[in-house]
Amino acid sequence: MKISSPEFKNNACNALDDNQLQGALRHVRKNFVKKRADARRDLPEFDALRDSARAIKDHTLAHLDLYLEHYEKKVIESGGKVHWATNAAEARGIIMDICRKSNARTVTKGKSMITEEISLNEFLEANEIQPVETDLGEYIIQLRGENPSHIIAPAVHLNMDQIRDEFRKAHTHLPAERSMDEPETLLREARQILRDKFLSADVGITGANFLVAETGSSLIVTNEGNGDLTQIIPRIHVVVASIEKIVPTLEDMAQITRVLARSATGQETTVYSTLSTGPKRKTDEDGPEEYHVVLLDNGRSSMLGTEFSEMLRCIRCGACMNHCPVYQAIGGHAYGWVYPGPMGSVLTPTLIGIDKAGHLPNASTFCGRCEAVCPMHIPLPKMMRFWREREFEQHLSAPSHRRNLTLWAWFAKHPSLYRFVTSIGMRILAIWGGSAKRINWLPMAGGWTKFRVLPAPEGPTFIRQYQRAKRNAR
Amino acid sequence: MSKRNNDSDSTEVALFVTCLVDLFRPTVGFAALKLLEDAGCSVHVPVEQTCCGQPAWNAGDRKDTREIAEQVIKIFEEFEYIVAPSGSCAGMLKVHYPELFHNIPEWRERAENFASKVHELTSFLTDVLGVKKVDAKLNSKVAYHDSCAGLRELNISRQPRELLESVEGITQQELNDSETCCGFGGMFAVKYSDISNSIVSEKAENIKNAEPDLLLAGDLGCLMNMAGKLKRQGSKIEVRHVAEVLAGMCDGKPIAGE
Ligand code: SF4
Repeated sequence: MKISSPEFKNNACNALDDNQLQGALRHVRKNFVKKRADARRDLPEFDALRDSARAIKDHTLAHLDLYLEHYEKKVIESGGKVHWATNAAEARGIIMDICRKSNARTVTKGKSMITEEISLNEFLEANEIQPVETDLGEYIIQLRGENPSHIIAPAVHLNMDQIRDEFRKAHTHLPAERSMDEPETLLREARQILRDKFLSADVGITGANFLVAETGSSLIVTNEGNGDLTQIIPRIHVVVASIEKIVPTLEDMAQITRVLARSATGQETTVYSTLSTGPKRKTDEDGPEEYHVVLLDNGRSSMLGTEFSEMLRCIRCGACMNHCPVYQAIGGHAYGWVYPGPMGSVLTPTLIGIDKAGHLPNASTFCGRCEAVCPMHIPLPKMMRFWREREFEQHLSAPSHRRNLTLWAWFAKHPSLYRFVTSIGMRILAIWGGSAKRINWLPMAGGWTKFRVLPAPEGPTFIRQYQRAKRNAR
Repeated sequence: MSKRNNDSDSTEVALFVTCLVDLFRPTVGFAALKLLEDAGCSVHVPVEQTCCGQPAWNAGDRKDTREIAEQVIKIFEEFEYIVAPSGSCAGMLKVHYPELFHNIPEWRERAENFASKVHELTSFLTDVLGVKKVDAKLNSKVAYHDSCAGLRELNISRQPRELLESVEGITQQELNDSETCCGFGGMFAVKYSDISNSIVSEKAENIKNAEPDLLLAGDLGCLMNMAGKLKRQGSKIEVRHVAEVLAGMCDGKPIAGE
């Protein structure tokens, strides 16, 4: 996937000018936020569950090696195979080998952000294997040649008209004049088309919301049931998951899923929660003949024990982006890579480098709402600040900002000079503001005055007035 | 170590004015002074104070932040209470200073001790001093905006509303999406001005829809941002810091004028 994070500012401006996108984003602002608030209200123990979800993940991460090894053992016992991939290229290579060995031509896919992270679709296509996305949102953006703009609602940037147009363009075998007014009609149409793909696919690839060490199972949560058909029908099922998806037991998994759906879509639980454990057994009526798990590290193990390790608790619910004023304003594509919103602003620099992703942790007001809603209590603003510190240390921030900051800090550390300089400065600004008490344009503050007036200072500074009053009182 | 007055046992408070109030809106400082004195405090204003260091902290400049923070702690730690008319600056002193000195043994305890004495103005009045009523009058329909740091770092939302309720003649109107940021974010407003503008425009819509006479908040940064937008749009809604209303000091012009 092409990285456009360095052009974040441009991307954001384009997004702000895109009326259609702005209309679609209203949905995020209203629906997601309200539904999560309702779900939280209806579950009195929600906050207690969040605490225990955090505790489960912290414990797991502290013993990650143990749980991963146990998980592998269990997968093998159930007849499956675990492949360890240090990076994206290795993961793609492993998947390609599996496909080649079985002469696969088509692959159905359940929704998976990890396969986005490793750019699997482009890779498969380049190797003449056709990937078919089966999640409705993913299917739509695949038709459009786009990437997801949200980690749980990949097509949230689109409106119904755009989707209708896309379907008419792609599904040419259907009557051109068919009615497509209701969302259900679109869903039915996609279903029909996907049905054939499900039946003819050679390999089914899914992600995993959780990997369970106790049983060697993987869990996917979906609302369309497409994941089930992806993993049951083809001859081979490949689970692609990153290492931090592991939890010790089924009980732990169940606990965390209780906060997952509520935080994500406001549902008590998703429509489907599907566990898969190994290939088909003799007594099973259906299921894959081969079961593979590709476990991806891609820099995650190096986050352990650093100031970013808490990010590994993330369960990809999307609540942080749904509640982020920046995401709500510009949508997901502007972030320029796979993971948008606050979680992306922390994770992306780890995965593609702070030199490329530097804008992301900076483009935050630090309003703290992401942390407040995160079911896993991840201190996202604090970690964005850590990235800013790394940037500052490595001299990656803009030299002009650095200079201004250093100058300001120097004055802040020299109170009498600070007093002297600010007194003069404020007097000038106060005169500039005139009787209207506002400044319409100010050199050096163009970013501010382009969109707002600058309130003028009232006059002499507080400290000056206070000192004068004290003197007079004596 | 706390500094007490020799001839009285009134509560000793040091006012952390905040740099924006000092420079742009001294009225808020005097309003805070009056509110604290009315509540029986003896208020000190150390004149060596400058800024809490938040701009450096948020820019990733730990060294400068630390030097500024050490200076603030040295100036203020002798007092029994340190009060700031800002959730954001109080949050910096109370939440982030201990974080900043977490790994520095010789400062850690000092920073924590200092932080435990820091309060935002409205929460100090209600939660610490037990003030239920202020002596002020204003015939106005007001909307209170929750500034993010105050709301989420210090749990400030009930306190200013309770105090406003006691102002004679006031009616309060809640804003839609009241928990959403105004788009200020310090340097963010300048560095990512287009995004900031989109966020504050949305906020301005919500403010205008609530049709208040007066918009209030507890943080001057947010207030300057929202007032700046409303005035650019030609709105007649006036904007003030909540302390001005609580202290009955609304005679001067509102933020960014009328
Ligand atoms: S960071 Fe938290 S809120 Fe954001 S996706 Fe991860 S778990 Fe959800």
